[in-house]
Amino acid sequence: MNAPARPAPWSRRTTWVVRSLGVTSAVGLALVVWLGLWVTPPDKTQHDLVRLVYLHPPIAWVALYLAFGIAVISSLLWLWPRTRSRQWDRLAAASMEVGVVFTALTLATGAIWGRPTWGVWWVWDARLTSTALLLVLQLGYLALRRVPSSAEARARRSALAAVIAGVDVPIVHFSVSWWRTLHQSATVLNPDLSPTIHGAMAWTLLLGFVAMSLAFAWLLVLRYRAEALAEVLDDRALDEALSERWAEGPDPSPAPGTPVGVGS
Amino acid sequence: MWRDALLVAAKDLRIEARSRVVLNQVAPFAVLVLVLFALALGPDRGPLRQAAPGLFWVAVLFASVLAVQRSAAVETTDSSRDGLRLSGIDPAGAFLGKAAAVALELLVLEVVVGAGALVLFGSSVRSPGALVAASLAGTAGLAAAGTLYGALSTGTRMRETLLPLLFLPVAAPVLLAGTRAWQAALGTMASSAGDPWVRILLVFAAVYLALGVVVFGALQEAS
Amino acid sequence: MLFGPNGAGKTSVLRACAGLLAISQGDAMVLGHDLRRHRTAVRRVVGMLGHEPALYDDLTVAENVRFGVRAAGADPGAVDPVIERLGLGGRVRRTPAARLSAGQRRRVALAGLIARAPRLWLLDEPHAALDSEARDLLDDALREATASGATALVASHEPDRVLPLADRVVDMAGGRVTGQQRGQRPRQLPGGAHVA
Repeated sequence: MNAPARPAPWSRRTTWVVRSLGVTSAVGLALVVWLGLWVTPPDKTQHDLVRLVYLHPPIAWVALYLAFGIAVISSLLWLWPRTRSRQWDRLAAASMEVGVVFTALTLATGAIWGRPTWGVWWVWDARLTSTALLLVLQLGYLALRRVPSSAEARARRSALAAVIAGVDVPIVHFSVSWWRTLHQSATVLNPDLSPTIHGAMAWTLLLGFVAMSLAFAWLLVLRYRAEALAEVLDDRALDEALSERWAEGPDPSPAPGTPVGVGS
Repeated sequence: MWRDALLVAAKDLRIEARSRVVLNQVAPFAVLVLVLFALALGPDRGPLRQAAPGLFWVAVLFASVLAVQRSAAVETTDSSRDGLRLSGIDPAGAFLGKAAAVALELLVLEVVVGAGALVLFGSSVRSPGALVAASLAGTAGLAAAGTLYGALSTGTRMRETLLPLLFLPVAAPVLLAGTRAWQAALGTMASSAGDPWVRILLVFAAVYLALGVVVFGALQEAS
Repeated sequence: MLFGPNGAGKTSVLRACAGLLAISQGDAMVLGHDLRRHRTAVRRVVGMLGHEPALYDDLTVAENVRFGVRAAGADPGAVDPVIERLGLGGRVRRTPAARLSAGQRRRVALAGLIARAPRLWLLDEPHAALDSEARDLLDDALREATASGATALVASHEPDRVLPLADRVVDMAGGRVTGQQRGQRPRQLPGGAHVA
């Protein structure tokens, strides 16, 4: 792979863009909370509990489609030789890590929503079960990234892991939902939580999706940046190690430039 | 590719025949899992008979983790490292060969464990054909996905802990579908209801076999 | 012959030619195959003797050699004669690799290499773990191979042993090639590297 470009310090414009992204998402979320808690009406059957619909589905959507989806697509881009570049590896890792947080939140909001309705903190309904499996898949990916190895090996390994797991996600969804619908007692014990949405509720819900996506994007940018900076540190350490190795022989190389082939 | 696959499968099976790791260690472990579940779920046969299909597949899943770890370990001892790559064998063939060897080992193991489950939990078999079909399809999928993850986590020091964490969630649909298919075959569920589950098992196997053929070459370079 | 101190990169070059190490910059062709794109094809026509013998512990000597031969698509009839020639016949032939001594394992690896009859030999300090009889066998095999048209790339710390066989010596230090010479006589270069 090419020698990494040192990430330039953010220009003022970039900093402004990122900051306004953060501010916008914060404002959006605050709006959603206000609308959700005070402006929109309570549901007929679920009463005030329905207000979680402005949070839970958006979070779930971000966790699965945005975060995991971006991670898988970046992994594919890294794996394809023509588009290979360190930025895709960084993006995949950042996306997966932020995504884990959202997945965990999905489970938490789902449980909170379900507790008053079902009486228990957890049921094995289709979405919660699939999300739980998704969480474990993401945690596995992150654990894999922690294994010490060269940057290229780690990138390749993580990208492949993401793709191999990603292929499974639709299969999991399909089989889990089948598992639920074919189970006779499902409809009786676990009524579907999805309420009917109309009017002001629909707008708030839409705002919820938008605000959550913006929040995710903001976190993603920050995490990506942190990853790039971490790489700079790693590369410096590698350079030092290489110089030491060359100095081992009786004839230390006068110019430790780019070596023939790869030293790893 | 097929010739290479046969070569690798034969090598792996010969190694197993000589070292007997799966037979002497993994199979008893799988039976042990059944016994432990019996201890956990109580001496009454009722709940055990209900749970038998699921317990069988859980035991098979754990066994497949061990079998796959062993298959990967064969290639990465200090002495055999890089041997498979150096030999010049087509990676797709190597993948199919290793997966086939693991699948065969698992199938033999399943005969033992399946018989054990039926006997220990007092189930009766309504349609053995469906039982076999589900086991074949499920095993193929487990072997394929497992071989992929085995290659992914070689070269890392955490193969023992990382491989189960990565592989088992992905294998969850096999557990789901296999259990339902076995329930149908054992008569605790309507018999026709088993067919869609066998189909899911076949899809899973097909997807992971295809993925492995495409991706195994890149995987080998990652360690 | 590749010559140079520790850390010069000799092993890396060999491993790269074997298709084991990925190339980060530039292109390379080995025996007509692109090293970047067709690594499997490269590996089939190349044979490497590295620091580790690349053997399967549970397989016997014969089975190990035969696997390598079949994988390369070489003539399986060559297996037995080579095994005999390297002193691995008789009971040793049927012994699993795990039970062999270190020297015997190196001989098995060497047998595997010879039996595959690759067109490019990659040897990383091959004389290191061999006893004197095996070293002679290795030199004979090398001579035969190069005489029949194969090329051998040898990285060695023992110039006296390899030099007589070498057509060309490549100097390496610090990860770069620092000199090349044809001919047989060693010559001292400033900086301590040898050239022949």
